[in-house]
Amino acid sequence: MNLLELHNVCCGYSQFRLDHISFGVGKGSFAGIVGPNGSGKTTLFRGIAGTLPLSEGQIRLNGQSLREMSLRQKARQIAIVSQFIEAGDMTVEDYVLMGRIPHHARFTFFETEEDYRIACEMMKKTGSWRFRDKLMSELSGGEQQLAGIARALAQQPQLLLLDEPTSHLDITHQVHILNLLQELNEQTGLTILMVIHDLNLAAEYCDHLFLVNEGKLHTSGTPEEVLTFRNIEDVWNTVVVTQTNPVSGKPVVFLVSGKVMKKQQEQTL
Amino acid sequence: MQRKYTVWLIFSGAFLVLLLLTALWSLTSGELNIGITDIIPTLQGKPDSMEYMILKQIRIPRMLLGAAVGGGLSLSGVILQGVYRNPLVEPYTLGISGGASLGVALVVVTGLHRLIGSFMLPLSGFAGAFLVIFLVYTISSRHGKVNIQSMLLTGVMVSFIASSAMMFLMSTTETENLHGIIFWIMGSLDEPDTSLIVITLVTALISLVVAYLFVEPLNALRLGEEKASHLGINTNLSIRILFLLASLLAGICVAVAGVIGFVGLIIPHLVRRLVGSDYRILLLSSFLLGASFLLACDVIARTIIAPNELPIGVITGMVGGVVFLLMSRRSLLKGKN
Repeated sequence: MNLLELHNVCCGYSQFRLDHISFGVGKGSFAGIVGPNGSGKTTLFRGIAGTLPLSEGQIRLNGQSLREMSLRQKARQIAIVSQFIEAGDMTVEDYVLMGRIPHHARFTFFETEEDYRIACEMMKKTGSWRFRDKLMSELSGGEQQLAGIARALAQQPQLLLLDEPTSHLDITHQVHILNLLQELNEQTGLTILMVIHDLNLAAEYCDHLFLVNEGKLHTSGTPEEVLTFRNIEDVWNTVVVTQTNPVSGKPVVFLVSGKVMKKQQEQTL
Repeated sequence: MQRKYTVWLIFSGAFLVLLLLTALWSLTSGELNIGITDIIPTLQGKPDSMEYMILKQIRIPRMLLGAAVGGGLSLSGVILQGVYRNPLVEPYTLGISGGASLGVALVVVTGLHRLIGSFMLPLSGFAGAFLVIFLVYTISSRHGKVNIQSMLLTGVMVSFIASSAMMFLMSTTETENLHGIIFWIMGSLDEPDTSLIVITLVTALISLVVAYLFVEPLNALRLGEEKASHLGINTNLSIRILFLLASLLAGICVAVAGVIGFVGLIIPHLVRRLVGSDYRILLLSSFLLGASFLLACDVIARTIIAPNELPIGVITGMVGGVVFLLMSRRSLLKGKN
């Protein structure tokens, strides 16, 4: 059964629009949206997040149209981690506690014991507990992402949306963040949908990929089905070598430099 | 109870005590010194004594107005800084003072205040401020959504237009009118009309309560408009209500007490440094500290060259500016080491 369903979604800006995109994300799935720069990944993300209004089509969560939900209802079910987190002058703990806002009664003034309990639990789970008293502006990029994920988890959502959670991070932090997401997905059944640039990370971690190109859904399926030599050449206009990771069995994409490529062509001739 | 809340309680208590102390200072000092212990006996005593008259008719109304205007301007500043996510915004950046001054200048130049009565000046000041708020608001909203950045720019531009129009009026009018306009612009807590004082005080207190109803949106807006809406906050509605609340409050303060600068900018800054940026404590602290600050400035303005009185704006600018520079110098040095 699908948790999130998109039917003929059109949205965007005057110069660029998504063109009737439909797909479904299964409950408990760890899905990724991939595509080249300017393909509409972020537009699609913003459409699902509700930041951009849909001009056509609809998005359903658990069968209920997002349009019929209040902002608060939505925030209790979908948590969003953006690429850039600006919360300079608050501590990590205060920032994570913000995730409890959708669960507060109107005109709440003090956080409850439960709010604190859940915030602490999520900080411990994500490993942001050790820097909980630091200011958000004092954190490194990786630590900010961890705090962002802890804040999103404090919303106790059914669906976690992430916009390029690993960009600007080194491989240690990339793997750390994605391992964390994988654990959450496997242990709690949290459904995750993320926009991700790095095809190898997408292949290694996601169980389902949506390849977007020029505002349209190009292909969707398992990483093996989506990240084929033909699809990549078609969408990115780049010649690559695809192979299988000998340890995980997932597809891996290798790039070949222009110089080597030329040499290869000369040899075959 | 969380440690955070205990700290807040201590800060609120300290600011409240500070306000009471400055209020007492304001009541006791002046040309005629009245001892702190004499205040209550004087008020219970004969109504025709000199001390009774001074307290009841001059100092108490002035103290109440000072607290209301100081608290009001500071509260308005802190709300606007939250809405715009810009620590340099204050009520006057949005052209509220420009509009009010222009309104008053128009009335003085045309001589309407002599025909209708003294309350014409604050009324025209408020009308001017309201017109500017209305203009800024409608120019920057489209399809029911307000654009915060364009609002700020519009405010600055409307402010420029208003001050140019003012200069035009001042350069073409007679000298005696000029004096009236300048006197009003410089600001004063000397307000003979008790009902205006009551209106200002009640508005300031109600605004404080209303601001607290929107404290969660204010806090969420610290993350940015988009992220606040992801947390289920109706940002568009909250921003509109908070903008109108803050600017009407500032409009009333300016209309009654004239252009008293710096309070709305400096006090929220100082308070942020002291208590942090959580609006749950920031709103109340700004209100209380703003009130004490203006009361203290008023006492200095009244007594420093007694029997003459300095315009209060001179003192708020000097004291506020110097304190602010000292504080930022210290933190700049700290940042370097």
